Amino acid sequence: MIPWFTDPQHWNGSDAIGLLIGQHLIYSAAALAIALLIGFPIGLYVGHTRRGVVIVAGTANALRSLPSLGLIVMLVILFGPVFKSDLAYLVPCLIVLVLLAVPPIMTNTYAGIAAVDPASVDAARGMGYSPLGVLLHVELPCALPLIFSGIRSAALQVISTATIAAYVSLGGLGRLIIDGLAQRDYYEMVAGAILVGLLTLAVDLAIALASRLALSRGLVR
Amino acid sequence: MIVFKNVTKRYDNGTIAVDDLSLEAPKGRITIFVGPSGCGKTTSLRMINRLIAPTSGSILLDGQPTEAMNLAQLRRKIGYVIQHAGLFPHLNVVQNIATTARLKGIAKKQALLIASELLERVGLDLSFGNRYPWQLSGGQQQRVGVARALASDPEFMLMDEPFSAVDPVVRHQLQEEFLRLQRDIGKTIIMVTHDIDEALKLGDQVAVLRTGGVLAQVASPKELLSNPADSFVADFVGRDRGYRYLSFVDAASSLAVMIEPVVALGTEAAAARIVAKDQWILVVNAAAQPLGWVDLDRQSGPLRESDLNLSGTLASQDHSLRQVLDAALSAPSGRGVIVDAGRVLAGSVRLSDVVAAIQSAKAAGWGGRP
Repeated sequence: MIPWFTDPQHWNGSDAIGLLIGQHLIYSAAALAIALLIGFPIGLYVGHTRRGVVIVAGTANALRSLPSLGLIVMLVILFGPVFKSDLAYLVPCLIVLVLLAVPPIMTNTYAGIAAVDPASVDAARGMGYSPLGVLLHVELPCALPLIFSGIRSAALQVISTATIAAYVSLGGLGRLIIDGLAQRDYYEMVAGAILVGLLTLAVDLAIALASRLALSRGLVR
Repeated sequence: MIVFKNVTKRYDNGTIAVDDLSLEAPKGRITIFVGPSGCGKTTSLRMINRLIAPTSGSILLDGQPTEAMNLAQLRRKIGYVIQHAGLFPHLNVVQNIATTARLKGIAKKQALLIASELLERVGLDLSFGNRYPWQLSGGQQQRVGVARALASDPEFMLMDEPFSAVDPVVRHQLQEEFLRLQRDIGKTIIMVTHDIDEALKLGDQVAVLRTGGVLAQVASPKELLSNPADSFVADFVGRDRGYRYLSFVDAASSLAVMIEPVVALGTEAAAARIVAKDQWILVVNAAAQPLGWVDLDRQSGPLRESDLNLSGTLASQDHSLRQVLDAALSAPSGRGVIVDAGRVLAGSVRLSDVVAAIQSAKAAGWGGRP
């Protein structure tokens, strides 16, 4: 394996490792950002009002059971005629990743808000916080540990699944796996798998550190 | 002053939680809502800051109807203390206390300053300021809850079972400190409890509610004990109300305190027998504070700390007949130990003298009270 990683060829050109990691991160970050924009507000609303709990739980479970590979192929076939450029592949890829990331973010946000001590919420209302004030000053800060863990598990799933981008001719670390398979170059395949694993671990560690810094000592013991 | 005018709360399913409640909670006094579960006491309390909206009737704060007031502004005028304190877990103690001051528009620095001052006021050391709620005991959390309610210096305070989630020793301590605090701050307070002893101890005025949210009687604790309006109130106030009533009768005027011989620890039993009135001798420390009784019939050699009988309670001279009676009943010698404010021995009282004092106080109409 080591000769493969030390071969300068693999660090240059259109398949350079650095470039593939960059693409992989861009797809993942874009998908996570979109998933946050969708899942976070829905989770806040449902947690605060307790309205639509059944719908959210049902939708999240349904989304979790979607087969990513089948879905991306179907979406590429659907969108192929609509977009002319690379978008015909990029949009389906992002949709699949977003659908994967929304459930953990949405359900953890909801669960975090719902789990806030009712006595704290009652006290906040009784002392004169507005409904929005209760959400921003009490419910949201108290729910942050669970929200962070939702983002963390969404990030892990997205990064490991983003390899399928290569299946529909896009970049990312999936290139090494798909191309390696096509050329029977097992070293390349294993290298791709190792790199995806390492990237996942690195991002996981980064989010864990960020949440440690961001969370109040009153919430993490 | 908080005034209830024909306030009714009826839920959509037809159950009536509070039925045509009218009463006044006088300014600067503690009014207690007490009753069995389902009597609507908490509902009545939560209607004052409109966490629950009344179905009909109106509640006035210093003459202003609450339904005409802005909801947030109404609540910011009223301190709110609840059973489990409901502190904010992500904020430290000082930040928690400062929240109500911040809501009132006080600048952050000033609010934190007020919070630190209040910390000492409720009996917590300044070092607690940067702890988080999970690092506090239940009693400490409740103190912080009271400080938080006070930080906006509200005219009114609502307290929903504030002392019922802590153990009896801490509860007693919190109650005493609360009464001391209230003597300083003189807020208009309405408190809910299911504990009639707490109601009689803390209330200037007690409102007894019965199931279905009907007001059974509103009166001073003394009046409630001596003159219950009906059998429900009489039952609720309790079987030993005759004994409880002694809590409201001062001991000082009617009681003959005798001189009690004392010895120090280390005294030989033989020497102690010379000064003792009978088989029991009271042991005091260097500051003349009582430590306990020693049974000289079972004693030889010097008196040691392990020989002390600690069963007797202490009563202070300005205390009630109830405490003096308890001191006399609990003392193994049959002589209740009386101390002054500094726990220094003042003398002792015989059980028969206490009973005589009770008899003469009762004959005199409990000290001139009607």
